[in-house]
Formats: sequence, C-alpha cells, structure tokens
Amino acid sequence: MAAVDSILGAPEPDDHRVVHGGRAARNQRHQLLPVLHAIQDRRGWVSRGALEYACRRLSIPPAEAYGVVSFYARFASEPHGEVAVHVCDDIVCGLAGVTVPDGARRVPCLGLCDHAPATLTERFGMVYEAVQTSHAAARYPGSRLLRRIDVVDPDSIDSYREHGGFAALKNAREMGPAAVIRAVTESGLLGRGGAAFPTGRKWQSVADQPVRPHYIVCNADESEPGTFKDRVLLEGDPFAVVEGMAIAAYATGSEKGFVYVRDEYPLARARMARAIAQARDKGFLDFDVEVRRGAGAYICGEETALFNSIEGKRGEPRNKPPFPVQAGLFGKPTLPNNVETLVNVLDILNGEFADSRLFCVSGQVLRPGVYEVAMGTPLRALIELAGGVPPGRMLQAVLLGGAAGSFLTPAQIDVPLSFDGVRAIGATLGSGAVMVFDDTADMRQVLLRIARFFRDESCGQCVPCRVGTRRQEEILDRMLGTNGDSRADVMLLSDIAQAMRDASICGLGQTAANAIASGLTQLRVLNG
Amino acid sequence: MLRGVRHGARLIAVDPRRTSSAEWADIWLGLDVGSDIALANAIARVIIHDGLPDTKFIERSTTGYKEFAKKVEKYTLERAEKETGIPRNAIREVALAYGQARTGMICWTLGITEHHNATDNVLALINLGLLTGKVGRYGCGLNPLRGQNNVQGGGDMGAIPAKLPGFQAIEDPAIHEKFASAWGGADFPLKKGWHLSEMFEGMERGELRSAYIVGENPARSEADQGRAVRLLSGLDHLVVQDIFLTHTAELAHVVLPAGAGWTESEGTVTNSERRVQRVRRALDPPLGARDDIEIICELAARLGVDFGRPTAEEVWDECRSLSPMHAGMKYSRLDELGGIQWPCPDESHPGTQFLHARLWKDPVEGPLAPFSAVDNEPPVDRLTDEFPIRLTTGRRLDSFNTGVQTNEYTSPLRKGAEALVISPEDGANLGIADGECVRVSSRRGSVDVNVSFDRSMRPGLAFMTLHFPDQVATNVLTIDATDPKSGTAEFKASAIRIDRIPASSSLGGESQARPGEGARL
Amino acid sequence: MAELVSITIDGHGVDMAQGSTILEACRFLDIDTPTLCQLDNLTPVNVCRACVVELEGSRVLVPACSRQVEPGMQIQTDTPRVRHSRRLVLELLASSVDMTLTSGQVQGWMQRYQAAPTRFGKVATVAKPVKVDNELYVRDYSRCILCYKCVEACGADAQNTFAIGVAGRGFDAHISTEFEVGLPDSACVYCGNCIGVCPTGALMFKSEYDMRAAGTWDESRQAVTETVCPYCGVGCMLELRVQDNSIVRVTSPLDHSVTSGHLCVKGRFGFEFVQKRGPRG
Repeated sequence: MAAVDSILGAPEPDDHRVVHGGRAARNQRHQLLPVLHAIQDRRGWVSRGALEYACRRLSIPPAEAYGVVSFYARFASEPHGEVAVHVCDDIVCGLAGVTVPDGARRVPCLGLCDHAPATLTERFGMVYEAVQTSHAAARYPGSRLLRRIDVVDPDSIDSYREHGGFAALKNAREMGPAAVIRAVTESGLLGRGGAAFPTGRKWQSVADQPVRPHYIVCNADESEPGTFKDRVLLEGDPFAVVEGMAIAAYATGSEKGFVYVRDEYPLARARMARAIAQARDKGFLDFDVEVRRGAGAYICGEETALFNSIEGKRGEPRNKPPFPVQAGLFGKPTLPNNVETLVNVLDILNGEFADSRLFCVSGQVLRPGVYEVAMGTPLRALIELAGGVPPGRMLQAVLLGGAAGSFLTPAQIDVPLSFDGVRAIGATLGSGAVMVFDDTADMRQVLLRIARFFRDESCGQCVPCRVGTRRQEEILDRMLGTNGDSRADVMLLSDIAQAMRDASICGLGQTAANAIASGLTQLRVLNG
Repeated sequence: MLRGVRHGARLIAVDPRRTSSAEWADIWLGLDVGSDIALANAIARVIIHDGLPDTKFIERSTTGYKEFAKKVEKYTLERAEKETGIPRNAIREVALAYGQARTGMICWTLGITEHHNATDNVLALINLGLLTGKVGRYGCGLNPLRGQNNVQGGGDMGAIPAKLPGFQAIEDPAIHEKFASAWGGADFPLKKGWHLSEMFEGMERGELRSAYIVGENPARSEADQGRAVRLLSGLDHLVVQDIFLTHTAELAHVVLPAGAGWTESEGTVTNSERRVQRVRRALDPPLGARDDIEIICELAARLGVDFGRPTAEEVWDECRSLSPMHAGMKYSRLDELGGIQWPCPDESHPGTQFLHARLWKDPVEGPLAPFSAVDNEPPVDRLTDEFPIRLTTGRRLDSFNTGVQTNEYTSPLRKGAEALVISPEDGANLGIADGECVRVSSRRGSVDVNVSFDRSMRPGLAFMTLHFPDQVATNVLTIDATDPKSGTAEFKASAIRIDRIPASSSLGGESQARPGEGARL
Repeated sequence: MAELVSITIDGHGVDMAQGSTILEACRFLDIDTPTLCQLDNLTPVNVCRACVVELEGSRVLVPACSRQVEPGMQIQTDTPRVRHSRRLVLELLASSVDMTLTSGQVQGWMQRYQAAPTRFGKVATVAKPVKVDNELYVRDYSRCILCYKCVEACGADAQNTFAIGVAGRGFDAHISTEFEVGLPDSACVYCGNCIGVCPTGALMFKSEYDMRAAGTWDESRQAVTETVCPYCGVGCMLELRVQDNSIVRVTSPLDHSVTSGHLCVKGRFGFEFVQKRGPRG
C-alpha cells in the first residue's frame, strides 16, 4: 500500500455522503504502470492484495489489471528472491558466448550490444538499482549527432548551454510554429525509428488537428535487438532530447509530452528526468512532460502499443487507421517521434543539419559501438570503421535492421546505406542495427534465437502473429535439427511468412519472418 | 445507461448506499433514507435562483408553476443539508449539472416508490423534469424502471377499475356503446369497478363475497398479511388461476392450473417503454395446466356463452379493432419490428418513441402538465435511542422478489443466505464480528440473521432483502405504513436495533417469527 | 441521412453510408466473408484476421470488419493473397485449438479455403483442463480462439462487469480472471453474455456441457422459440432452445433493439421454476 500511495498520494478517507468518482476516477488509469513499478520495485512481485488495493485506488477492474501485470515481462505475479540478475542471451550476446548462471533470468536484448555479453542486476526492497554505466560512444571527426557525448555533463543544464544548448529552441520561438515545420519539412528529415516517415509531414498533420489537447511522445523504447543508439543519446545528451521535444511541442501546439523509456535503461531514465526538471526550473519548457517507464515488452516500441502502455493497458497495437496524428494517445492527436529524430531537429534549426544517421554496429567486430555516417556510405566502410571482423576470421553475414531486418551476404556489403540503396536489394535500414557475423558464428542458432524472440515478444492479439510466430519457431527448430528433406517445411515457413506479412495487425507480425526468410535463402543453414 | 456513460454522459447516483451503480457515477449523493423530496425541492430552488428553468416550456405546457415555486422557495440548501445529510455544495453542484444539461433523464425504482409518501416522491421528480423542459424529447424523460415484464401491459389491457383496453374510460357512454356492440350487445356495467384495496374493503364490509384471482398472490404480497388471509378465507367462493399452488391458491375452492405466460402460451406483453412484444409457447405446460385463453373460454361456455376457441392472435386482433392505440400492431408487424411502442393507430405507423412529445407541439396536444407542490415527510418509523439504525430493504441482482421463481436455480452469487448488511464502523461499535449471527428488532418484531460488513454502507444504515422469507422473514421488521394514493407500503424505511445474541438463546440463524403465522408482536 | 460513399468490391460498385465497414459492404453485396471475432453487437477488435481483403494502395491486407469505407476504395475479396491469409488463419487456429464445436458456417469456411491444420505436424496446442467451478457454466479454454468477444461482452460492450480479461502474451495469452481465480471468487455476475457470444463452445451452459458428456445433447430434437423475459420491465427477448420439452439453453437475438442480445443472470438462468412444476403433456 505504501508503494501505491507513493505514486498516488495518501487515500482520502471514505466519505459516506458525497463521492466524486466515475469518469474522474477512471481517468487515473494511466497511473497503473507507475503504480505497478512501485510495487514491483519494493516487493519484488505484485501480490493479489497489492494489485487489488491499486485497483481500488485507480477504479480499474482487477481482471484487467491482472491482464496488464501478466503482459509485461517486468512484473512478476509470484515472489522472487532479493536480487534479480537479468542475463541477455539475445543474438549479439549469444555470439559473445553468454552463460546464464543458476537463478538468473534470460532476457532479450538489453541494448548493451556494444558491451556484450550484457547483464543487468537489481535489488528489491529499494528502488530499482541497476548495475549499468554509460558507455562512451566511439567519436569520429565530423560527428554531428554525437558531438556532445562525453563532452557535456549530462546532469548539468549549464554545461549543456555552454555547448550551444537551447539555441535551437530560441530560434524556433523566433521563427514561429509554421516556419519551424516548414524548415523540418524542407530538410527532408525522415523518422529514425524504423518506418522512415517524413518528419515534417507528421508535425504538420498534428498541428492541423482541431481536436485538443495534442500530445507529443518521445519513443525511447529502443528494443530492437542490436540497437542502442538512443540509449547513448539519452544517457550522454539528455538535454538535447528535451530540447527537441520542446521544439516539436511548440511547433505542433502540444500541451503535454511523454518520454517512454524502456525499462532496461534506468540510467537513461534518471538522466532524462533530471534534465526535464532542470529545463523546467530554468523556464525552458512551456509544456508539461514526464518520463514513463516501459516494463519489458518489445512490442511497446510500436507507437500505438506504446500509447496503450502509457494509458495503463496491455501493450497491444491498434489497427490503423485512425493514425496517431488523428487519434493517438488518449484518443487525441499525437506526435510520436524517435529520440534520434528529435535530436536531428536541433541541427535543422541551427542550420547545421546534414543527412547522416546513427548505426549500431555490434557482433563480431573489433570496436562495436554507435557510428554516425553520411547517408549512402557503403556498409563495408561502416564495418571497417568498427574495425572489421577479428583478425583471421572471415565475414559470414550481416543482419541489417535488427531482428525485423534481413541478412546480407559478404557479396552484398558494398550496398550504400540509404533508404533506396538497401531497398534495391530487398533490405531495410530499420533502426540502424548492424550485426556482424564472422565465419565462426552458428547461424542456425542465430535464426532460432530470432524465431524465439518473436515468439516471446508477440503480444498475442492477432492470429497470424500469435500462432504464426510459434509455428515458425517449431518448424525452424524441427528442420534445423534434422538432416532429412526439409523442402516441405520450407514451404510451410513461406506460407506462414506470407500470412504474417499480409494479415498481422502491426509491424512486429508483418516483419517477424523477414530475417528468417532471408537467412534461409542467403545463408547455408539447410542440408541438401 | 453505462453505454451512455461510455459515450460521454454524466451519471449522478442518489442512493443511501454506495451501490455498484454509484461506483460508476460521476457524483454519488448518499442521502438519508426517505429525504428525497427535500433534495428534489432544493435542487428545484437552485435551478430557479440560477435562472435555469425552461420558462417558455413552463408557460406553454404546464400549470401550477407559481404555487410550486413558492413551495420550493422554503427548501434552502441549509434546510436540505439538514434533512438529507448531504453537504449543500454537492446539492448545488448536482442542481447545476441537471439544470444546465441540454438533455438529461431521471430514472428511479422502488427507492422512490416504496415509501408512505411514494406518490409525492414521484411528483417531486416530475417537477424537476417540467421545470427544465426535460420531458417528451430525445435524451430526456422521467423513467420508472418496472420490476415485471407486463406491469404496463396489465394496464393497457384494462386490468384497472375505470378503464377498458387502451385506457378508454368505461364510464364514457360512447366507449361503452362501442364495446357493447362489438361484443354482440353484451350487458356490462357502465360504472368503474374497485381497485385491490377497495376490494378488500368490500370483503370486510361483506359486500364482496366471491373472487376470481388470476396470477396474483395477495395472501403473500399484501402488506397486512393476516388481514388478507382472513378475508380471503372468509369468501363464499374463491377461484384462483395460477402457475403455482400459491398460498392464495391454498385458500381457494377451485384452483385452475395455468400455463406460464412467457413460455407456455402465446400473446403479448408491454415493457416499461410501452413496447408491445410477443411472447410464445416454447414448452407444453405441465399435465393438467391450460392456457389462460382456453380456461376463460371454457368458463364462458359453462356460463352459457360461446366464445369459440380463439387463438391468441384472434383475441389480439379483436383488441386492436377496439383499442385505437393498438390498432396498427398486427402480429406480423410486431415480429418484423421487434415490438412496437404505443400509440400505434394504423398499420403504417411506426409506433411512438416519445409519449410526451405532445407537450412540445404547437399548440400543445391534450392537457397541460401540472406541477405539484409537495413537502418532505420523513419516514413514519422514527429513529430513537431504542431503535437507532435505519433499515432499508431491496433486491439483489440474481433474485426476484420473494424468491418463488429465482430460488429454483442455483446462483453462484448467492453466498450463504440472507444477511444484514452494515458498515464495518457499526460492527465495531456494536462489538460484533463479520458473519456473526445477531438479533435484529424493530417496533414490530425480531429476526436472527448473520451480519455482513460492507464498505458501501455508512454508519447508522442497514440493508436486507426479501428474497428468502422462509429463512429470514425480513417483513416482520418492515412497517405497513402505506401511501394513500398508490397503496404502496414503506418497505424502504424501518427503525431497528441490533443486539448480540447470548450464546444460550441462539435460534441457529432461523428467524424467530414467520410471516403469516401471527409473527407480529 | 449519412452521406454515401462509393466503393468497388470485386468489380461491383456499391454506395454505403459513411461510417459503414467494408464487411457491411461485402454483406450488402452477398459476398460471404469469414469472421470469427466480429459480432454485430460488439465493437470490432479485428484480431482474428479471417476477414482480410485486398485494398488497392495498401501494402498489407486490411480487416473488413473494422475498416470503414472511404471514397474510391478498390477492394478485392478473392485474390490468391486474400485466400492465402484466410486459409492460414483458419489453419493456424485449428492447429492450436479444438474447433469441433464451431458453427457449420465456420466448418464451411474451412472447406472453402482448403484449410489443412494437420500439415504443421506435431505442434503445440492451447489444450488445458476444463474449468468447472460453478453450477451455471463451464469454461473449456482448449476451445478458445482468443476472439476477445467474451471480454467485450463482460466489459464495456454489454455487462460492464470486467470479470475477465486477456492475460499473458503471445501464444500463452489467454482469457482469465484476476490471478486466475475461479469464477465464484471473481467479479462475475453470471449474466452469461460471454456464453452468448462465444463462437467455439469454449463457454457453455453447464446443463449443455453435462448433456453433451452424457451423450444426450441432440440438436435434431431441439427447437428455438422467441419470447420475452418475465423478470422485469426492460423487455429482453429470449431465445429458448428446447429439447424434449425442457429448456437447454437461453440466448437473445443480437439484432433486437432492446438489449442487443444481452441478458442478466435471471433471464439467462432463472427459468428452472417453470420446469420444476411436474411432468408435461
């Protein structure tokens, strides 16, 4: 109860004559995840008693709240020990030879691929205490988006201002909202979250909506395996993200903003919260913004699932249309933008924008890390920046775009890293994940891990994805484990892939077969 | 209603208990039992003082506004707070919400009508609807939610003393002539008959010596049970037609076993919104039981009149030929439209959604709607140091009235049996534990019953149902003070005392007294 | 009058009122469209994806049940892509769920799309023990296709009780009360509206379940009669399914204006008193 009250305040005593409840009470629903985090952090699990108290305070039916608890990997409905060790056994950490000690939990990608194998430790009975430190990104001459990383003090607004901070916001306010949107549109900036939608057009659509309020949501639920660029920005340059949000809110007339940071990024969350507080104190924010914490669900990176999560619901994606700009968070016009996208906006308004983007190079390279390269740079050059495969090894494959991306062979690595360049060979840049595999990698295990990832992370809402990801894993497991004729199974996988791609509700299901399909055709994993 | 709430409607619940409906409400007012008129009048006063009445509607379509306004002027917020227990700000907030809303409806059930001043309670609510013009148009209205599927239909069909089918006055010579000629020159009284209370008075005076009772159980349902049983037992001849061998049927000289209206015979019923709907025969009745129409026609034959063997539809078509408001409702249309709301004067008429739309016509059709100046009269059974707790009675979702029908299925909601529901605070004050068997006494009698603590109750308030009279005779406690206009007893407000039971005298949860067996002390 | 929107389906032009769905347009044109999670009295959740159609200009197929018509839409309902997804949806479901008690209509779609659920080989199913925890109804989630209908009927679309929800995620997602407690410990009020909307027999009257177990359930000897519930003044229509002069299931027509097919516990289960009056002629 103390945990719940720490978020909601002490309860009012029962009034036997007048109660203002109803809609006002039910509108507190969005506090559910913060309340569940408070319970989980203090007790190590969410008991029935604790959940029922939370439900009473928030006017949420317990069955619905249980559906939420059981949806997110973060929340346990049974007691656990005092200390929890989360060990990543995802693609990159798997390559690094991870071992999972007894009692530790296997978890999907922690976004620490530049330091594989990665673990995250927490202690209950106090606040979430993660053993994690910021890792300097590799910096290179001409780096634009990363230029303040390890240069500014991420906990000091003064330090940020000394390095040109809030100049873009000042410029924006002098230009007026319409001119800001025009500048963003003319820059040609495309969203960096994976879908590559023109940012200016999205801003314009929200600004045009007559319905109020408008929301802005910074999508910092970076969960695509092999992706960690947003973590580096959030941890190393949080004020830039805040400033980008302030500009977006100003341009689109948004009254309220949320930064939704994945659960596994405690340092990023803390730094963002501090940055917001300092920016507010110094009078830079004329809109309300708060940090929301994810709870261990890859799907919440999908924008509509993320809205549901902020609203205190299961992270189930919504069917589109309606699109977020029309009816997003709380059914209101909403601007969802990725972290890197927002940071780019500063340079646009400062006249320093160049069409470069961040890539997360991980796996079997000498210097895994975040690299900023100009659009169109050949993949080979990027891999060389990261030191290439270890000496004496041969490149076997590259997984471009994360688990939802596709495999490239050594013959394809001269492809230019641009949206059109990779599309020409049937690939996608996605979130900028570049996973490198040398000739020692067991690609069967990699494919199986990807299949398991999607089976674990499917929300379970639509049939093609819920059952399809399960069948995909089963059939892949079967065919990679035998030496028999696998032609029938290849056909089955192809059938399932097509249905998932065509008929799933959201991007997760639609792309859940991509990497596996490309792996089966591009890599030598099948017998015969 | 909740669908409306989901679509943005505000819900205000007024109930002494914080029921599950109240949980959904944007505002809940937990008023003292039986203080409804004080609340309604105070709301009216706020509406008037804030200039929110629909003056045009009041002028055109109503009468008696001046007298009403004068009456409610005395119901200041201070007075209402004292009489209802609700803080004045909350009363004002609700008044403004209703007064300012473009549309709004008032719905009520027995919490308004099971009082010694039931009719005044209803009139006080009607006043609010008239004051703000929230009647006879979409999203508005005054809605008593009926407790049975054909309360309305009984009246429609002339089962009331002064009316023939279609609410046509029996004393109107033209109407009388119309029916008489349709019925082959039948000779029947031109004078209105008696209602139920008058019939019992007639029995008492010895003027009413025979009775034919169809589908009614007055030996159990009348307020003063002992008197009802005595008078029915004293009749020269009593015929009871029912689907059960009821307590009344047990007193009868002749029992005519009937089929269940909703599943063993054909016909129509009318719901709360005046919608006439078809009921159909799904089951054959038990051996020996017959359809009501068949019984009546057989009876007529024994009395020397040949009614033939009409089907339910033929009977209905005759009704349609005589009752203009039903004229357009042939069976095939009822099927096609899923029921039709009267009046429906011809076969091209879609039925009438808003009965009081007439008040908005120019000029107004029919009589103007009268305001009624009414005063708050607290419950008859006063709270005293000896009987300090207010007992109110009601129903539970899975049960129906005295349980004759619903106790036949196994409801998982029926945990344990009857309970006295009180606040945990009262439990603590009285030193009793949740689930403990206690003795509940009113000025009329005592029962033993287990208590159940419930946070929806405030201190000083207790709740019981009437569903299990064989286990706990709740009506031993209730008062038979009745509303002179409607004949309804004040089941909703009794004064009680709760005592712990000394270990030696426990009756094991059985009630100390049973209704109809001289229980009243 | 709502404005009309012109669209083309399989080459046939049709004008639909604004706000209509593609599914309604298909039905208007008598194009049989498979649906599992759609019901006229519930908000579309578009999760089963059996109704997907091809929309010109759309990268993926779109669900007919929830997608509203827009001017100029060009829709195809019987292309190889559409047939493929419909077939796979039916196959994937039937490979994981016992669908033997679904309607003849569903069986017909299985045939039409040549669904062969066994072709996946030995794979996981959602089989789990039947839940019998009360006298009124039985929950057999081995038959559950997770269409969300029961959740909607229990929740905002009808009963507003919210006793059940979807718990877990992915293939393990399932319908559950809070912390998986039995119905008697949950918020359930036994309106049975979940049974009324269940398309697979996962939710069933206990009486029907017992009769099926005893081998006495015989639809060829059953008739359905519509009448009006006796219990209050709302006027809910009842569909009484009767076998051998005995009521074996109570439902309500979805298209009836009074309560759109939903009932309360008394209307759904409170009929016993009629039947306990003795032998029938």
